[in-house]
Amino acid sequence: MADFLLELFSEEIPARMQVQAAKDLERLVVGALSDRGLMFEGVKAFSGPRRLTLAIAGLPAKQPDVKEEKKGPRVGAPEKAIEGFLRGAGVTLDQCQKQNDGKGEFYVAVIDRKGRATADVLAEFLPDVFAKLPWPKSMRFPGSAIRWVRPLHSIVAMFDGEIVPFEFAGVKSGNTTLGHRFLSSGPITVRHFEDYEKRLLDAHVILDAAERKAIILHEVTQKAFALGLDLIADEGLLDEVAGLAEWPVVLIGHIETQFMDVPPEILQTSMRTHQKYFSLRDSKTHKMAARFALVANMAASDGGKEIVTGNERVLRARLSDAKFFWDQDRERTLESRVDDLKAIVFQAKLGTQYERVERIEALAGEIAEKIGADVKKAKRAARLCKADLTTGVVGEFSELQGVMGRYYALHDGEDPDVADAVRDHYKPVGPGDAVPTNKVSIAVALADKLDQLVGFFAIDEKPTGSSDPFALRRAALGLIRIVLSNSIRFEIFSMLLFPAFKAQVELDVMPIKDKAKAIATLQLETSLSAIRNEMVETFTAEPAASERRKLAVRSILEIIEFLADRLKVALRDKGTRHDLIDAVFSRNEDDLVRLVARVEALQSFLKADEGVNLLAGYKRAANILKAEEKKDKKTFDGDPDPEALVAPEEKALYVELATASDLIRAEVERERFVEAMGVMARLRKPVDAFFDKVKVNDDDPKIRENRLKLLARLRATLHLVADFSKIEG
Amino acid sequence: MAKAKTFQDLILTLQDYWAKQGCVILQPYDLQMGAGTFNPATTLRSLGERPWRAAYVQPCRRPKDGRYGENPNRLQHYYQYQVILKPAPKEVLDLYLGSLKAIGLDPALHDIRFVEDDWESPTLGAWGLGWEVWCDGMEITQFTYFQQVGGIDCDPVSAEITYGLERLAMYVQNVEFVYDLAFNEQFRYGEVFHQNEQEFSAYNFELADTEILKRHFEDAEKECNALISGNKKLALPAYDQCIKASHCFNLLDARGVISVTERAAYIGRVRNLAKMCSDAWLESPMGAYKPRYG
Repeated sequence: MADFLLELFSEEIPARMQVQAAKDLERLVVGALSDRGLMFEGVKAFSGPRRLTLAIAGLPAKQPDVKEEKKGPRVGAPEKAIEGFLRGAGVTLDQCQKQNDGKGEFYVAVIDRKGRATADVLAEFLPDVFAKLPWPKSMRFPGSAIRWVRPLHSIVAMFDGEIVPFEFAGVKSGNTTLGHRFLSSGPITVRHFEDYEKRLLDAHVILDAAERKAIILHEVTQKAFALGLDLIADEGLLDEVAGLAEWPVVLIGHIETQFMDVPPEILQTSMRTHQKYFSLRDSKTHKMAARFALVANMAASDGGKEIVTGNERVLRARLSDAKFFWDQDRERTLESRVDDLKAIVFQAKLGTQYERVERIEALAGEIAEKIGADVKKAKRAARLCKADLTTGVVGEFSELQGVMGRYYALHDGEDPDVADAVRDHYKPVGPGDAVPTNKVSIAVALADKLDQLVGFFAIDEKPTGSSDPFALRRAALGLIRIVLSNSIRFEIFSMLLFPAFKAQVELDVMPIKDKAKAIATLQLETSLSAIRNEMVETFTAEPAASERRKLAVRSILEIIEFLADRLKVALRDKGTRHDLIDAVFSRNEDDLVRLVARVEALQSFLKADEGVNLLAGYKRAANILKAEEKKDKKTFDGDPDPEALVAPEEKALYVELATASDLIRAEVERERFVEAMGVMARLRKPVDAFFDKVKVNDDDPKIRENRLKLLARLRATLHLVADFSKIEG
Repeated sequence: MAKAKTFQDLILTLQDYWAKQGCVILQPYDLQMGAGTFNPATTLRSLGERPWRAAYVQPCRRPKDGRYGENPNRLQHYYQYQVILKPAPKEVLDLYLGSLKAIGLDPALHDIRFVEDDWESPTLGAWGLGWEVWCDGMEITQFTYFQQVGGIDCDPVSAEITYGLERLAMYVQNVEFVYDLAFNEQFRYGEVFHQNEQEFSAYNFELADTEILKRHFEDAEKECNALISGNKKLALPAYDQCIKASHCFNLLDARGVISVTERAAYIGRVRNLAKMCSDAWLESPMGAYKPRYG
């Protein structure tokens, strides 16, 4: 068994690409090895500013020998066909066997493939594998016919301590590399991974990104602690700086006190995005500290004095700019900026930010009314919610949208609820972000997301596959989280989607006007089931229905489907089964809170024996019904005739069903889903007994029809809770 | 490794350093332009196969960046030091680091980093990959491997090194306000350029006659077209007109008379000119030159 060491050494690789590149390299090399029958014991991949490294342990010296059989033409086939086969397989006729496949004899070439030396195989496939490495952006450079992320300088390829010779991108593989750009000099010769890692360390290179991260984190924490400060955690920044230093050295600098009046979010964002500094806060007061931590790639001979002075100077200039914007922004009110939104295009087909604000304002008002929020405040917040897009600070740091709006609103003397809603209406921004809980904020946040969803679906800008340029998935998920975590009782379609469409129509947004108008002609207070019927009607019963109407209905249904999908994603983490969501959703349940309650009750019911058996009984009934309905070309929906019931088991089932369906209906109406399941559980025994003893397809057609009606009744009863046909298992 | 004490010391040191690397030391191009890249010694010379090495100071005009001489580091007229090496030599980053040492930035004391920054010029139809070079957290240089210019693949690839001279000098001299820079032992930067900034800011933002500028733009565009579509294709004079059109556009932009959609259209028009000039250059003797190898 032997080891393989590979290093691709280049000019500085963008930090954001390093980790993925190492993963891709590992995946491609491992794939190529196993394609060639080469197994190994372990593999490690490393990435850093100037190198990608792969260490593979326990490779055999050569590939295993293999016998390969190749099927050829029939014995007695035309001469030419046989010749062609022999040429292709590289054998002579006497090296072939004859085999019989039952239809006759044919030739089989048996090729003994001797395993080749692993080093040769590596030398052969590595250049092709490197060329396949999917860099997000790559470049041409002199001397290379192949694109790479930045010019490649050297390749270490050592198998069992020997160079694996090949050439890639104009570079010949060898056994030397370089250490830190400034803290080492001259080439380093390596043979195995162990000495490679050690010599790099001596040459001030920490190979492993995870180790660099750990060092940075430890040093920042320690140095902050000594000053009575805490690190404000920033995982993304940590990843980035670990990709910018081969020899990370943490230094602490000062922020001038004149900047400490500027909101901490601005300081933090400016330091992070422009300078890649960590922010610190006081361990006791948790207030932002007038210090920052920087990560240099240098152990300077003066202990870092010049580096800190230089960075402090740069930061001063940066923060002067930020402070200038902050001061200047507050010279105008948010209110006065709303008109400026007319000049900012939101999306070419969806109009300007101003038009968007008008829609959100109308919608937020309606929602506020429904959820019992202060309508005036909600509308006010909606009106102001995008105004900070015209400010200098947000122009510089778009990620501070909303946050700045709140500061400016408070400065203008707006109501605190309004100011909070201006900030929180974007929330939740990601899966880890908090959901707004103040009702005014909820109204504006829902309005913002609905307008976004409805607008983009109406202009056919729907997410596809991995592409979601307008972040509609995030909007939908945000909407669902807001509704669920605040237990907002909404029929999502009639109460939310509809007003959203209406707002689009009333404001006469040009390009989606047609679709939205068509939707508005549908009855306003309609329900999910109504819109689904409309859909069926439009597509089946009314072939002449206008194209516009079809489009409108389709786009509503698409949003509903989309929301259902997002809901499944949202609930998946809690272990909720997606088929149960489907089963409940297709009962036209579009109050998300109720839907989840139903699904949860159903899920725990199906975990118990009663549930499992009842589901089996349901499936059996449904299958029989399906077959017989098809045979008779009719349904068996009518009431069973109690007089025509013969067997005691069918009589018992009839009685149980009669009481159960009323009870279930009543419990569902009162949203007592666990109780409804309890009633269903009682059906298990009679159903089992029925299938045990009773033959559905009796010879007497009357008895048969009556029994089928009984089964149809069973199906309908269970459907009061969920569409059991959608349940898997 | 004594620090370059004055602004002009810095320039002289860089001139000397890059002259030793075999660069043609050019004097600034005599047209107003937004960046040293616009200089035909970079744009046109980066196209075609003929090897080329040049270094020069290029005064840059960015009308919108004027601050009436009141901002500590924003200027509507400033100097770039531009180096173009074609093909990019393998040791180009070491050459560059050598230039930092030459101006007195000791790598043992400073934190020098190459941070991803790709470059794109929509007006030139040009792009490349590279870095901004940080020294102690400050960007002191833009480093780019040209991939395309005028929509044409650069083959061989050139390396472009652009130093912002004022910024670099402020760092070396430890000065916070650009006008405090020592231009030489006797004169400060402010004495040389402060009035310039005041007057040109007023011109750029308030007084430049937009009708005349629009006309100049059209004229330059017309002449550029004529010079390229005529019997004699004159890539260099045509490209001068492209530079002029671009500067007119920058002034119009600073005057705030160009809407968002118009803006895109203007940029597209300049890009067209740049493309035509690039094509014409490749048909000219210098551009079409094929080196004989071996």
